[in-house]
Amino acid sequence: MQAIQVEDLTKRYGDVLAVDDVTFSLAPGRTLGLLGGNGAGKTTTIAMLLGLLIPTAGSIRILGHDMARDRFAALARMNFSSPYIALPSRLSVAENLRVYGHLYNVRGLETRIRELAMQLDLTGLLNRPAGNLSAGQKTRVALAKSLINRPDVLLLDEPTASLDPDTGDMVRSWLEQYRRESGCTILLASHNMAEVERLCDHVLMLKQGCIVDSGSPPDLLDRYGRNDLEQVFLDIARNRGTVAA
Amino acid sequence: MSGSLRRVWGLMYRHLALYRRSWPRLLELMYWPILQMCIWGFTASFLVGRAGNPAVAGNTAIIAASALLGGVLLWEVALRSQMGVAISFLEELWSRNLGHVFVSPIRPWEMVSALIGISVLRMLTGVLPAILLAFLLYAFNLFAMGPIVVLFFANLMVMGWWVALGVISLILRHGAGAEALAWSVLFGLTPFSAVFYPVSVLPAAVQPIALALPSSHVFEGMRAALSGVMRWDHLAWAMGLNVVWMAAGIWLFAAQFRQARLRGALLSIGE
Repeated sequence: MQAIQVEDLTKRYGDVLAVDDVTFSLAPGRTLGLLGGNGAGKTTTIAMLLGLLIPTAGSIRILGHDMARDRFAALARMNFSSPYIALPSRLSVAENLRVYGHLYNVRGLETRIRELAMQLDLTGLLNRPAGNLSAGQKTRVALAKSLINRPDVLLLDEPTASLDPDTGDMVRSWLEQYRRESGCTILLASHNMAEVERLCDHVLMLKQGCIVDSGSPPDLLDRYGRNDLEQVFLDIARNRGTVAA
Repeated sequence: MSGSLRRVWGLMYRHLALYRRSWPRLLELMYWPILQMCIWGFTASFLVGRAGNPAVAGNTAIIAASALLGGVLLWEVALRSQMGVAISFLEELWSRNLGHVFVSPIRPWEMVSALIGISVLRMLTGVLPAILLAFLLYAFNLFAMGPIVVLFFANLMVMGWWVALGVISLILRHGAGAEALAWSVLFGLTPFSAVFYPVSVLPAAVQPIALALPSSHVFEGMRAALSGVMRWDHLAWAMGLNVVWMAAGIWLFAAQFRQARLRGALLSIGE
């Protein structure tokens, strides 16, 4: 069974086709990168995977659950992090984690909070209001929130946006470690090509709502005759998509 | 604790933690009910004083003053219950946290239950001090009407909840631009709710509107109870209407929630 199975996924807003007949699947324990420019359909696709948005057509199965009919069973085993969605700023870090621990029905919640705090270097921040933290600290808290239920499927929307290189690297290392230890399936949307190259087993290149290319990072580099994914990205974005012979 | 109860508690805990850290929010809960009670309490005292010899005209004046104070306090129950649900929802929107809540396994009905739970606590925090002050300052005991006052309370709370569900539905439909309704919508129903006067005072054309609201039946029942008469028919009407309006509120909320998921409004609702 695939961890994520998406078939003919389409989202239309009036005349605008935001996602156009997208099909892909992701095996358990793998990491998939969604790459594309602004308006390519990455966030819309993630929103449909999370049940925030109802597709116009197509189907989504996550961990065997049909998201149209049984999304709550899947959501209990998933989680999500995005720098564009905040946590209540007046609540302390511990209170925020407690709220989501209850929402995800986490057993041994206080132990889990201490465990995550140690792993993500948040112990000294647990009693600080989330709104008083730096961007890097907030990202670590958001990551702790997204791991509170030990998710089998983790969706990350630009997890290291606005982070300094050191904190960004720390977050990437931690994600690699978590995936290795837990066997978690990760879907990652990012504009950071180095991050995608480092973390992802497979990449979908999106443009105007369509998958225009896909493959493992080495495959894509090889096919486009480029040295890094950024050049591949630019080739596709600027219609220089001539695949190397 | 079952998974469902735990999710309801999780969202309630989020609001309790917020109030624990913000005394201005707590103060604001009590401020309006106490202020209203003081203004109308002094007005009632003035009217009783003008009524002349208490032995002659005083009894009618005291009943009228009691109706005024009872009306103020009970209407606050509806107002605070409505604001409790709607503003708690807005707190999620203001903190840009709705996205995280809606991608968690919490069901919409569990979210509404949590908002209602918080609304009950907010209402009690706001209204109980005003009830106590009414007793201390004006010797007005709301509970002197008997246990029926609990049923008045319950009906006005339920009315506040379905009005709030309507407000949340409008916010889901029109975004943050509709948030002002959270404060204003129930004030617009005050003239039709017969809080301070009987429905018969209203123009004939408006009376059907008043009679379609549970609040008008509650306040007619309250005035009867203050005169020593139990009007169970009014209470039955209030309960029946609440069932109908609550069902309509739930249907509207469910429909607008689904529409918001279709339009992608849950992604941009705070904008």
